[in-house]
Amino acid sequence: MNNPKITINNLNLYYGKQHILKDINAMIPERQITVIMGPSGCGKTTLMKSLNRLTDLNPDAKVNGTIMIDGCNILTTTDDITSIRKKMGLLAQRPYPLPMSIYNNIAYGLRISGRKKKRFLDKRVEHYLREVNLWDEVKDRLKEPAGKLSIGQQQRLCLARGLAVDPEIILADEPTSALDPVSSQTIEEKFKELKLHYTIVLVTHILRQAKRIADHVIFMYLGEIIEQGTADEFFENPKEEITKSYLKGLFY
Amino acid sequence: MLMFCSTFIIAASLFLIFFSVIYTGMPYLSWEMITSTPKGGFYFGREGGISNAIIGSVYLSVGSTLLALLFGLPLALFMNVHLVRHKMLVNAIRFVMDLLWGVPSIVYGAFGFTIMVFFGIRASLLAGIITVTLFIIPIMVRGIDEVLHSVPHGLLESAYSLGSTKSETAYRVFLKQSVPGVITAVLLSFGRAIGDAAAILFTTGYTDYIPTSLSQPTATLPLAIFFQLSSPIPEVRERAYAAAVILIFIILFISIITRYFSRKYQGNKINF
Repeated sequence: MNNPKITINNLNLYYGKQHILKDINAMIPERQITVIMGPSGCGKTTLMKSLNRLTDLNPDAKVNGTIMIDGCNILTTTDDITSIRKKMGLLAQRPYPLPMSIYNNIAYGLRISGRKKKRFLDKRVEHYLREVNLWDEVKDRLKEPAGKLSIGQQQRLCLARGLAVDPEIILADEPTSALDPVSSQTIEEKFKELKLHYTIVLVTHILRQAKRIADHVIFMYLGEIIEQGTADEFFENPKEEITKSYLKGLFY
Repeated sequence: MLMFCSTFIIAASLFLIFFSVIYTGMPYLSWEMITSTPKGGFYFGREGGISNAIIGSVYLSVGSTLLALLFGLPLALFMNVHLVRHKMLVNAIRFVMDLLWGVPSIVYGAFGFTIMVFFGIRASLLAGIITVTLFIIPIMVRGIDEVLHSVPHGLLESAYSLGSTKSETAYRVFLKQSVPGVITAVLLSFGRAIGDAAAILFTTGYTDYIPTSLSQPTATLPLAIFFQLSSPIPEVRERAYAAAVILIFIILFISIITRYFSRKYQGNKINF
């Protein structure tokens, strides 16, 4: 791979005595969709969260190894952790809108990074709401609390909110698992457009979704990476036995 | 059947307390009672009202509630945002707060009194406010803490992944999500502050006058009841009954206001 955005070397992660991630070595290509797949409990979400150090929030977490992003090891860097996190937008399993208006949900990230001029904010809010096809649905009620939107709308709002802080990477943890088919489709289509500008890491256990949008696949099982490679290779010509039986649907 | 009986017994006894206080006190509530100070000493004078105690109580409880909020809110936010990795420490703080919550208010009064003697301060509004603040801080902290504790972890992760610092996460996200609960905790603390007699018995004293500075002794409604109810003079006892009614009205009034505000600010809370 000639242009990895993220390189992970010998990453081990423990929650207390539990060994969650075992010697992870992986590369995530720039401006492509990398799908992390595997049965539930295999450590996919943990791997994704360690990329922006949300694993720090767990009191028992111990991490070692390296995660290089743009040539900087984010596990040991002396840089401010908030500036690392700003590089990455997060889309969780279910939407967590901020407890404020629709408008402020998008403006929040901009305000905390010091851009507070109303005209600028107005423009950005509109731009990012259009970007996720939400503008037409909410333009007359920007002042209403975000909690009043439907779950599908909330998830698109969370995507817009994440994009508004101008990240380079989008981390998505089963972002469509709580959504209706139409909203799921919107998100998937959006990802295909977004990969022109962003590096996307998507955790999913939906095989068909992975087939639809993946460029690159990392397959995990019980905390280890079993196989990784381009989507074509992975789906057409898997090497490992576990991968083959997973792709046949023999276990989830 | 048991459930029905308990519901009935509890509701009936609460109603009875409420009713008997109002029934005995209501006839003595007059304009004069509310607006004038006692004439000729609160224990002997047959004239005048309890405006000194009403205003003193409001000063004392508003002052100490604000002070407790000023210290309690940052502590509760700190416990739930900054110390999220330090479960042991947070649980230790919770344990201590629960312990302090259980300490009888007379102990706080005695503690306040000891401190006052040490510094040579006399019974005053300020000493009362400080003692009552100490007494209600555990209630305030645990009340707010319970609400903040129920904020989902995903919201914390969302706030961080947008690049928020810990303080921004605390004040701009956690606090907003918890406003209705914070208001409830404030009300609970205010109720304890205005209704408590033992903590202020030695520290605030009692007087016939409305205080004009923090260093003067101050009359309060609970002590107005305590001192005047035992008087042999009927007019003095009337003032005690009236004080009880006013105390209930103030608490009722505050409850209604709080409910109104916590509903009003419910708006932005996300129901996860």
